[in-house]
Amino acid sequence: MGDSEYNAFVTETTIEGADDGPLAGKTVAVKDNISTEGVRTTCGSAMLADYVPPYDATVVQRLKEAGATIVGKANMDEFGMGSTTETSAYGPTENPAAPGRVPGGSSGGSAAAVAGGLADLALGTDTGGSIRNPAAFCGVVGIKPTYGLVSRYGLVAYANSLEQVGPLAPTVEEAAALLDVVAGPDDHDATTRQEGADADYAAAADGDVEGMTVGVPTELVEGADEGVRETFEAALDDLRAQGVETVEVSLPSVETAVQAYYVIAMSEASSNLARYDGVRYGVSGGYEGDWNESFAEGREEGFGEEVKRRVLLGTYALSAGYHDKYYAKAQDARAWIQQDFDEAFAEADVLASPTMPVPPFEMGESLDDPLQLYLSDANTVPVNLANLPAISVPAGETDGLPVGMQFVGPAFGEHAIVRAASALE
Amino acid sequence: MTAQTTQARDLAVVIGLEVHVQLETATKLFCGCSTDTADSEPNTHTCPTCLGLPGALPVVNEAAVEAAVKVGKALDADIPEETRFHRKNYYYPDLPKNFQVTQYDEPICQDGSLEVAVADERRTIGIERAHLEEDPGSLKHEGGAIDRAEYTMVDYNRAGMPLMEIVTDPDFRSPTEVRAFLEKLEEVLEYLGVFDAERDGSLRIDANLSVVDAEEVAEDGTIPTDVLADANRTEVKNISSHKGAAKALSYEETRQKNAVRRGRAVEQETRHWDESRGITVSMRSKEEEKDYRYFAEADLPPMRVSGWKEEIAIPELPDARRERFREEYDLSAEEASKLTSTKQVADFYEALTDEFDAGFAASWVVDRLLGELNYRDRSVGSVDRAAFVRLLELVDSDDITVKNAEEVVLRAMLDDGSDPDAVVEAEGLGKTSGDAVEEAVEEAIADNPDAVEDYHDGEGGALNFLVGQVMQSTGGSAEPGAVNELLREKLDS
Ligand SMILES: [Zn+2]
Repeated sequence: MGDSEYNAFVTETTIEGADDGPLAGKTVAVKDNISTEGVRTTCGSAMLADYVPPYDATVVQRLKEAGATIVGKANMDEFGMGSTTETSAYGPTENPAAPGRVPGGSSGGSAAAVAGGLADLALGTDTGGSIRNPAAFCGVVGIKPTYGLVSRYGLVAYANSLEQVGPLAPTVEEAAALLDVVAGPDDHDATTRQEGADADYAAAADGDVEGMTVGVPTELVEGADEGVRETFEAALDDLRAQGVETVEVSLPSVETAVQAYYVIAMSEASSNLARYDGVRYGVSGGYEGDWNESFAEGREEGFGEEVKRRVLLGTYALSAGYHDKYYAKAQDARAWIQQDFDEAFAEADVLASPTMPVPPFEMGESLDDPLQLYLSDANTVPVNLANLPAISVPAGETDGLPVGMQFVGPAFGEHAIVRAASALE
Repeated sequence: MTAQTTQARDLAVVIGLEVHVQLETATKLFCGCSTDTADSEPNTHTCPTCLGLPGALPVVNEAAVEAAVKVGKALDADIPEETRFHRKNYYYPDLPKNFQVTQYDEPICQDGSLEVAVADERRTIGIERAHLEEDPGSLKHEGGAIDRAEYTMVDYNRAGMPLMEIVTDPDFRSPTEVRAFLEKLEEVLEYLGVFDAERDGSLRIDANLSVVDAEEVAEDGTIPTDVLADANRTEVKNISSHKGAAKALSYEETRQKNAVRRGRAVEQETRHWDESRGITVSMRSKEEEKDYRYFAEADLPPMRVSGWKEEIAIPELPDARRERFREEYDLSAEEASKLTSTKQVADFYEALTDEFDAGFAASWVVDRLLGELNYRDRSVGSVDRAAFVRLLELVDSDDITVKNAEEVVLRAMLDDGSDPDAVVEAEGLGKTSGDAVEEAVEEAIADNPDAVEDYHDGEGGALNFLVGQVMQSTGGSAEPGAVNELLREKLDS
């Protein structure tokens, strides 16, 4: 259990950046699955308790060059596998905006650090909502960039076809300014793209939404809690009052999104986490038996419950005889979802929905029912499957608990979502 | 089937190969680490990517893809519009990530072929596919063999080296054909400049071998697919040279034929070639069908390579060069064939033709140099080019006899690294030049006025005496007839 406030950090540290730059004087919390040279990077796992990377992630290098000071490695669900930050081997993080409630996850430490004033800004990562979910639960702003906008070099992979590094901040403009610093192509990441290289996202946070069309996917609203829905509707009214036109749109295939997402994420995880075999990483080592037995023991000891569950399910989904039934089908679903989004963007500039269909859970409430927890990702995971950008911005409260509103944009349409979100501040 | 009829059966062998070739590139397949690891300490050519550190990502080395396209062109293979990488998932301690980045259903080369000469027959071997993949690290077992080792150390210098796996159709009908194919393949790869045969572990071969009824083999060598599918085959691993391949497969052929003739079934299994004992041994009795759970490597976007086949040029290949040598240099088929046996020899020879008559150079390389090298088990790469050129100059300008050039000078050059002029000097092999003879003649005339007078007086013995003087002062290297003639000329003028 860490001793930082809210248990927001796994490791508190001070990594000084350059003397000047756009982030000079700013403190930043960095999620603990982003490599920091010389500072341990645990991914919230006992498996990596002693792992000290010999290199910086590209985004960390960019933070340093921009003059930021990194103040801590933020707590997270183990390897990003969770949405409450309760699966961390370093204890759960508390929600500064809602005492007794989870901060969301998996970037719960990053969101709590910003909400609790422990850092001006934070970097999180988002595989299926892991930035937007804690942003919504902690009442801060979080952006999941278009896949390929931000380098993943140095981000310890959970599900590499889905995830992106992105900013969390108290305001849309600050989040966009942090995105400006970390975005852009990287020679070390072959999936980064030239698009958006010279963009000025912070400048788009001007609140000028006059004439913008916001599509509201019915499928992403109807399942939400009543209190969440009321807050969401009120925010839409606010936007309409500012000259936004809202239209109903439909994303019929998102009903398969949660299943498809978990099949793909778990499959990739089973491969990405294979390297933690107890030889170079692990808890105690020196196991008896042959290689396979020794690997198995090291993994049994080093991984937590949720990680084991996902690795096993992912291994199963990729296995001969099941691959076509699960992995291949999930890829098909992914393609349909992308197509649905394309069609929706023919009618709207951005799409809006509640970020989370529910307010923050009470701590410990969700741990016994993983399936229920997976379903609460319904509004965030389609965005990752479609490689699109999305932002979560505070939309108000229900029963004193924060509610986030999600705006989804077309690929590399970060300006549009930043602008729409800034109109709600 | 009774033992008698089995014994009477004629059996034919069917072999297919998976050849792993290390491609010659300056850096590894997915990172910037140097591939020049030959004399390096373990784990000194590594970085986060080839160590598989958390968070590190692969980036394709385009030089390796270019090399693969060259191989594809040389093998007359299809290069697809787009190629991509997959992950092959399995746990092994030499594998940094416990998966290997390789190619699966969209390999860089498909449906090629390579023509080889076996005895006097030309055979075409089908190439099913050839793909790129990363080499794993290497293991060092301390305290003996893998099963007895106290502990094992991992060296990641090799991890991430670019490998090309070339998969043939089951087109080989004898181990001899396999050897001829591998020699030809190596030759082609060397011609392409993508392969270094001298590098340790640069060629690794797995072979599938089965035996079928000889009568199932058609005239043209084809075998019905259901017959092939029904035949139990063994996969022979750990072959690292073409010589080894021929030995291992001959052993395995005999082993399987004997089993069948004795009425025993051939077990479908993986066998390990034990080079030192010259036998194949069963690796794991209960070898399960492995499930590698292939899926697309999302860290490497698909590469569009449709235009590469046209854009990337390959050098003249051995067959074409052989034909050109025959025509351009007017060589015999045998000479042309020997001179193009390796790129090294062909380049060595062709450079000589700038300076010397092509036929003269050919006879020296084919008839003399290659023979001497072969005898010493050396390659043309070990020959001091400048020295060899000098040797040919000496022969060409008639300064030494062909016999001395070959038997004394060439051998001394090869065995002791001697300088040709120094050998000629030391051994006194130089044919004495006209000037030296003339000088000696004039000296003999000046020093022996009495003999000169006797000559003019018509005394027959005087000329012989003078010839003897000249021969003596030239150390016997002058031609007596020429000396005789020259003396007469001088005395009579
Ligand atoms: Zn490397």
